[in-house]
Amino acid sequence: MKCNLKFTPTPQLVVRKIIGTIILILLITLTPSTHPIWFGLEGILLLGLLWWRRVPPRCVLRRLLILSPFVAGTALAAQYSATGVDWKILALRSTLCLLTIIAFAETTAVSDLLRGLRLIRVPTLLVTTLALMHRYLFVLADESSRMNRARAARTFTTGRRLAWLQAASVAGQLFVRATERAERVYDAMCARGWKT
Amino acid sequence: MHIPDGFLDAKTALTTATLSAIAVSFALRHVRRELPPRRVPLLGLSAAFLFAAQMVNFPIAGGTSGHLLGGTLIAVLLGPSAAVVVVTTVLIVQCFLFADGGVLALGANIFNMGLVATLGGYAVYRCVNLMWPGPRGRTVALTVAGWSSTIFAAFSCAGQLAWSQTLVWEIAWPVMTSTHALIGLGEGIISALILIAITRTRPDLVATSSLGVTPVRWREFSFLCLLISLGLACFVAPFASSAPDGLETVAIQGGFAHRALAPLRSVLAADYQIPGLTSPALSTALAGMLGIAAVLGLALLISRLVLREASPKKMLRE
Repeated sequence: MKCNLKFTPTPQLVVRKIIGTIILILLITLTPSTHPIWFGLEGILLLGLLWWRRVPPRCVLRRLLILSPFVAGTALAAQYSATGVDWKILALRSTLCLLTIIAFAETTAVSDLLRGLRLIRVPTLLVTTLALMHRYLFVLADESSRMNRARAARTFTTGRRLAWLQAASVAGQLFVRATERAERVYDAMCARGWKT
Repeated sequence: MHIPDGFLDAKTALTTATLSAIAVSFALRHVRRELPPRRVPLLGLSAAFLFAAQMVNFPIAGGTSGHLLGGTLIAVLLGPSAAVVVVTTVLIVQCFLFADGGVLALGANIFNMGLVATLGGYAVYRCVNLMWPGPRGRTVALTVAGWSSTIFAAFSCAGQLAWSQTLVWEIAWPVMTSTHALIGLGEGIISALILIAITRTRPDLVATSSLGVTPVRWREFSFLCLLISLGLACFVAPFASSAPDGLETVAIQGGFAHRALAPLRSVLAADYQIPGLTSPALSTALAGMLGIAAVLGLALLISRLVLREASPKKMLRE
């Protein structure tokens, strides 16, 4: 679900984007906590970027809300442990880093990302695995929710123990189907001239 | 357990990234050499399976629900090096697409969940399975392995957080380990149930090396384990030696936590109070062993309940 994709960038541009993202995250991580004004500047920069690329604020907010519990938990634990780390700074810093990755993820198509990864010499096997995973991620997720729906339609309300057994059988069936699909995918790849 | 950015300092992030990069490239080379080309798509499909299987929820008391983490299950099904590649792929996608886990912390996350959890869990599985072969032994082994893999990962995660001085070790360890002792229980049971379900539909998939993945060569495996212990020596060893009091209190607290989980535990704990409490290392080791024994007993119970219920004889009778 990409929110804004206007043009397909060249792989070089994607590589630059990856490097830029990493540098920005490094900057945020290395900002000294004695000068909180810098966090404000970085935040304004990020919000400006998000506004410029027209990423809908609801997208960003939803993702931030899903991901914040761990940040909040650790920040809370840090408050009670006497390392001298200010939990507000900790939470602020990781929220800014989250914003950076969200901005990157929302504005980059996966196919472009894969091309960029190939360009920076990430091993082919890993890129192939990534590509196949992304291709079948939504297919298998659909399949699992379909199986769940079918199960819900055919069974009455059950006890908790039976519910575990059934959920496990759905997951097991999912693995079996994934394996069978992998065979067909291999045949299709060979038919298109794929070599290791 | 995905560590976000901003929680680790430079030295931790760099160390874990280096170790993970070495280990993953090693696993990739091993997989490329050993895996028949026919099975290459299976890696991607397994990664997608892991992602989709995490959406299947298991009801727990009070309306909450848990889901599979799955590194150990994949290691048992596909072999450890392939599992390292699969879990690494899942973590990369979670990081870049779903912003789950930080970019700079990616090395640490791969180290915890891709290496420590997967390989540690696999080692436990092999050990238990050697002692006890057969389908029931496999179920028990996977339950114990799933539980311990979660604990291992939590332990290493706590060490990293303490090493980068985000949390104090005395707080990080008990909090992470006690919560993950509960989470791991679910993980072990779910993994075992899924393995049983797969065995029932396609028993040929579970038999060793039927998926074309050679189990493992011990030389490779020991090299990977060496890398892991190197990392753990960095994160955990400095605290473990300098904080005996923390360890001791945690050992006692851990005892209480486990007693609530398994009635078996309270019987065993009576013996455990007599010797060894003066030496923190010994008492911790004892507490750990008792914890594992409790989980083993639980695993036995589950395997007996589930396997009896699903045995073909009973199905025929009905």
